[in-house]
Amino acid sequence: MIFTGIAAGILAGCALSSGTADTGAKARTPEEIKKSGTVRIGVFSDKNPFGYVDENGEIQGYDVYFAKRIAKDLLGSEDDVEFIYVEAANRVEYLKAGKVDIILANFTVTDERKEQVDFALPYMKVALGVVSPESSLITDVKELKGKKLIVVKGTTAEAYFTEKYPDITLVKFDEYQEAYDALLDGRGDAFSTDNTEVLAWAIRNRGYEVGIESLGSLDIIAPAVQKGNTGLQNWLNEEIRSLAEEQFFHTGFEATLRKVYGDSVDPDSLVVEGGIVD
Amino acid sequence: MQNMGIEVLFKGDNFIRLLSGLWVTLRIAVIAMMFSIVLGFLLGMIMNVRNRGIRGVCRIYLEIVRIMPQLVLLFLVYFGAARHLGINLSGEKSAVLVFTFWGTAEMGDLVRSALIAIPNHQYESGSALGMTKLQVYIYIILPQTFRRLLPSAISLLTRMVKTTSLVVLIGVVEVVKVGKQIIDASRYTNPKAALWVYGVIFLLYFMICFPFSRVSAILERKFSD
Repeated sequence: MIFTGIAAGILAGCALSSGTADTGAKARTPEEIKKSGTVRIGVFSDKNPFGYVDENGEIQGYDVYFAKRIAKDLLGSEDDVEFIYVEAANRVEYLKAGKVDIILANFTVTDERKEQVDFALPYMKVALGVVSPESSLITDVKELKGKKLIVVKGTTAEAYFTEKYPDITLVKFDEYQEAYDALLDGRGDAFSTDNTEVLAWAIRNRGYEVGIESLGSLDIIAPAVQKGNTGLQNWLNEEIRSLAEEQFFHTGFEATLRKVYGDSVDPDSLVVEGGIVD
Repeated sequence: MQNMGIEVLFKGDNFIRLLSGLWVTLRIAVIAMMFSIVLGFLLGMIMNVRNRGIRGVCRIYLEIVRIMPQLVLLFLVYFGAARHLGINLSGEKSAVLVFTFWGTAEMGDLVRSALIAIPNHQYESGSALGMTKLQVYIYIILPQTFRRLLPSAISLLTRMVKTTSLVVLIGVVEVVKVGKQIIDASRYTNPKAALWVYGVIFLLYFMICFPFSRVSAILERKFSD
């Protein structure tokens, strides 16, 4: 406790001199955001194609596309958004400290996170995908029996196959690059991880195809606000519902994800409209 | 067309972006170092007073800085202060604050040991000439400590430059983060970009740390004459 005391003392001294204390830990309501004229949205800056910075230094991606629309509908212009670049490890902290209004950083909804932040309706879903060579394409999990499946350690794919299909031989690697190399070398019959990942890879590697596009439990991805900020949560839910009419997230898919996933991917396997996951 | 990966550096504003990331890195380290030197000298002198209570407090401060990882301090200042004290500091200000908090402790300890290393007769001769305690410090003791301190101060500065790669976790986009953004933005079109981008970052770090050590070596020689 002594260090917090000392740090706090130093902090207090600094804050007096810099005078930047304008907001505290409490999250802002939609009305307060409107009054300030800018909504602060936390996005990834190195997760192509969801949130990334292009070669001109502009922030782009599927999450960013939605963030700009939020700014437009809440404040009147899609430029009235301040993008804050977050990391996977500090997304929750940003909300708790009230340093952002909304996190739109490919945030997967989990029970553990629900205790820390409030999620609005989902706008995307992710499941596992299985990629294999076209010459011996695997289109059903049953075909994997007795074959070698490549997985990356610590991923949902590893956990899923270990638990549900113990009779499939797993070949495990530490990194994605090693796993893809192993698949190319034929050290395994197929490779499984998040479908967004394998779909994008298969487009760029001729002779390989994602035979199983959606497998295992579906993870949903949703905007998050500070715990208890129901005003903003409700506003986002309304926004997501009303955007369903114009199929906004399909437009977002075409604008940002199509160039990565190509024509072979059905947008409905990733995109969620109106918060309704089927 | 042969794709070497190097062209990623010259695409759009990429190279300029790396340089502006480097500027952020340098700015944080140098500003924090300037504060650390001034405050460290004060701390070093305070650490040598006879009062046990004051020495104890200084000791605790020093130990805290040594035990706490910089990342924890950064989170405490950037997120913790906003959450619990309602003080909302920008990422860069938080970084300067934490690096100063760290640098002051390290500099203070260096100054303390440099002061001890000055032979006692230097103090006594000063007093014999009728100088006040402050005058003895300013005109006799401190100038002699500079030379001893220079190598370790420069090494602290270069450590600070390298540690700035942590500040990305409080939202400050410095050179390594810009590099990651560039690598990621081109990961579908140019998978080999990583090698080149990290190679350039390596050179950029070298370019700023090397001159510091050169200057320190030159000054050291000059002072010893």
